[in-house]
Amino acid sequence: MADQQQTHGNAVQTTGHAWDGDLQEFNNPLPTWWLWTFYATIVFALVYWILYPAWPIGNSFTKGINTITFESNGEQVTTHWNTRSLFIKEMQSGEQALKQQAYLQKVNDASYEQIQNDPEMMGFVNAKAKSLFGDNCAACHGIGGAPAMVGLFPNLSDDAWLWGGKVDQIEQTIASGRHGFMPAFGATFSDQQLDQVANYVLSLSGAIAADPAKVAAGQKIFQGETGGCYYCHTKQATGMASVGSANLTDAIWTVADVPGAGSDEEKIARVRSVIEKGVQRTMPAWKDRLSAADIKLLTVYVHGLGGGQ
Amino acid sequence: MKFTHEKIEINVGLMMFLTMLAIGIGGLVEIVPLFYIKDTIEKVEGVRPYTPLEQRGRDIYTREGCYLCHSQMIRPFRDEAMRYGHYSLAAESQYDHPFQWGSKRTGPDLARVGGKYNNQWHVQHLIAPRSVVPESIMPNYPWLLKNDLDYSDMADRMRALKAVGVPYSETEAEYQANVEQFGQEAADKFNIHTAEETLLAEAQANDFDGDPTRVTEMDALVAYLQVLGTMVDFSKYDEGYFAEFR
Ligand code: HEC
Ligand code: HEC
Ligand code: HEC
Repeated sequence: MADQQQTHGNAVQTTGHAWDGDLQEFNNPLPTWWLWTFYATIVFALVYWILYPAWPIGNSFTKGINTITFESNGEQVTTHWNTRSLFIKEMQSGEQALKQQAYLQKVNDASYEQIQNDPEMMGFVNAKAKSLFGDNCAACHGIGGAPAMVGLFPNLSDDAWLWGGKVDQIEQTIASGRHGFMPAFGATFSDQQLDQVANYVLSLSGAIAADPAKVAAGQKIFQGETGGCYYCHTKQATGMASVGSANLTDAIWTVADVPGAGSDEEKIARVRSVIEKGVQRTMPAWKDRLSAADIKLLTVYVHGLGGGQ
Repeated sequence: MKFTHEKIEINVGLMMFLTMLAIGIGGLVEIVPLFYIKDTIEKVEGVRPYTPLEQRGRDIYTREGCYLCHSQMIRPFRDEAMRYGHYSLAAESQYDHPFQWGSKRTGPDLARVGGKYNNQWHVQHLIAPRSVVPESIMPNYPWLLKNDLDYSDMADRMRALKAVGVPYSETEAEYQANVEQFGQEAADKFNIHTAEETLLAEAQANDFDGDPTRVTEMDALVAYLQVLGTMVDFSKYDEGYFAEFR
């Protein structure tokens, strides 16, 4: 025992009690850094209690003096500190939010033409709309508006438009959604008729070396009452924006994956299958999910992706 | 007499008493207010239990472990609001057992994915995610479309949820209470006795998987995904309303 005390220097006190004759316990003071950290946490707690909601009293609690003020329904509302109020305030008057609001306001007040002719506004549109498009549209239409496959979703980066490529038409498409519908002809057409009309459709864009006899027969079906295709696709087969029917005379395909087909037979089979089964495609409406300003930004962006009209 | 901490240290009984006192105060301060503050869950209209088909879809969601990559909790931060929409409310998961909040986001948050895409996209995306999103790392779930949905035990599943507080109705009185709270049409769907018929009718009326002849697991899962985050109509509430509950 005497040896131990010597090794630690005589300054160290023991608790003064000995067990089993020689077992003693040192009574070292707490390390200074530890003690001061401990005091600091107490001070921190006191400051925290004053600033933030802390102690319960009855069915309420101490609110703290660090309040948050934001605007709700045209009135200034002041609440105790909480994440929801903090969030509302940040959305209304945070540094980033204010910067963006200034731009949004400018875009909102401008006409489409003004926006498109103003490089500064276009810079903002492209930056903001690109991320909006990525978050909301790219899963269907693909990044940059070119979908991963032909069939389910139209390509927005080409010159062909089902529902029209003018800004007001695009805005209408995005805000209210669209329902692309073509009836199934599988039940009304014979195998032969399906083959003929598919040949006719493909001949319009010169996609295959079509059999003239089949084309002639197909034309009768398309332009006559048997098929009545011209009601929706027009006599010229160039499509109608009011019903969202496809232009069949160009090399751009939106439902039938003709460019992806290897042989003429495969092309015919793919077009045939579309005519047989019909088309049901829905573009969701976004007016309840996105703000009017966001839709405006997206309209300009989409208009710029392809050959906007 | 001078008080030193030595008095506490050498007196086991006193030490135990004081330790209990300290823990007791800490515990009471945290727990007691919950008995008095009534509105930790915001009062909103529209939140209802899942229909049998949606609930079955939810079961498949947990079975397949979708929660390992997807959270269902939009936090009140600006960047999250801009990407996903209004932050999640406690009320919106009051009928979730267990809730799917999570924090692992390998994929995007799904709390408000309902109505964002159409059924066709969901089906295609679940069978083969890379066919629509080439850079996706989400696994393929082709069996969802192949497997017929087993709903023979739907009533028991609803009973189990009822035991933990979801208001599915078994007695006439419970049914009437549901009519009162959710309206006739919804109350019919929460009736345990007609669970199977309700499920079948919903699957056939909506045809989520694009195959009207069968009821597949895909039907159920897409029905569930399409209702996520759509129950509350936020346009009805002032921005400040939800802050009152914090
Ligand atoms: C669930 C998948 C899906 C999502 C998400 C989606 N769309 Fe679409 N979109 C479609 C489908 C399907 C069509 C084609 C409708 C038809 O066949 O007539 C379409 C058509 C369009 C058209 C018309 C194309 C034309 O040729 O006239 C535009 C413009 C458009 N979408 C823009 C958008 C924008 C902008 C977004 C994001 C806010 C978006 N879409 C999100 C599925 C989607
Ligand atoms: C009720 C109107 C309607 C009628 C009638 C109709 N179509 Fe269509 N058709 C459409 C619409 C709308 C689309 C585009 C679908 C979409 O994008 O969602 C389309 C698309 C097509 C396509 C695919 C084009 C592509 O780019 O992939 C082909 C081929 C086609 N129609 C051929 C026909 C033929 C042949 C007939 C007559 C037998 C016919 N349609 C009758 C409305 C119609
Ligand atoms: C390995 C991780 C992983 C798992 C497991 C997983 N996902 Fe995903 N999920 C992703 C990723 C990554 C994305 C984003 C890319 C994409 O859209 O495919 C995604 C996207 C999605 C989206 C689109 C979200 C949006 O807003 O664009 C939905 C819906 C979805 N997943 C549903 C599911 C369902 C249902 C399951 C279970 C059957 C599941 N996921 C399992 C990783 C995963």
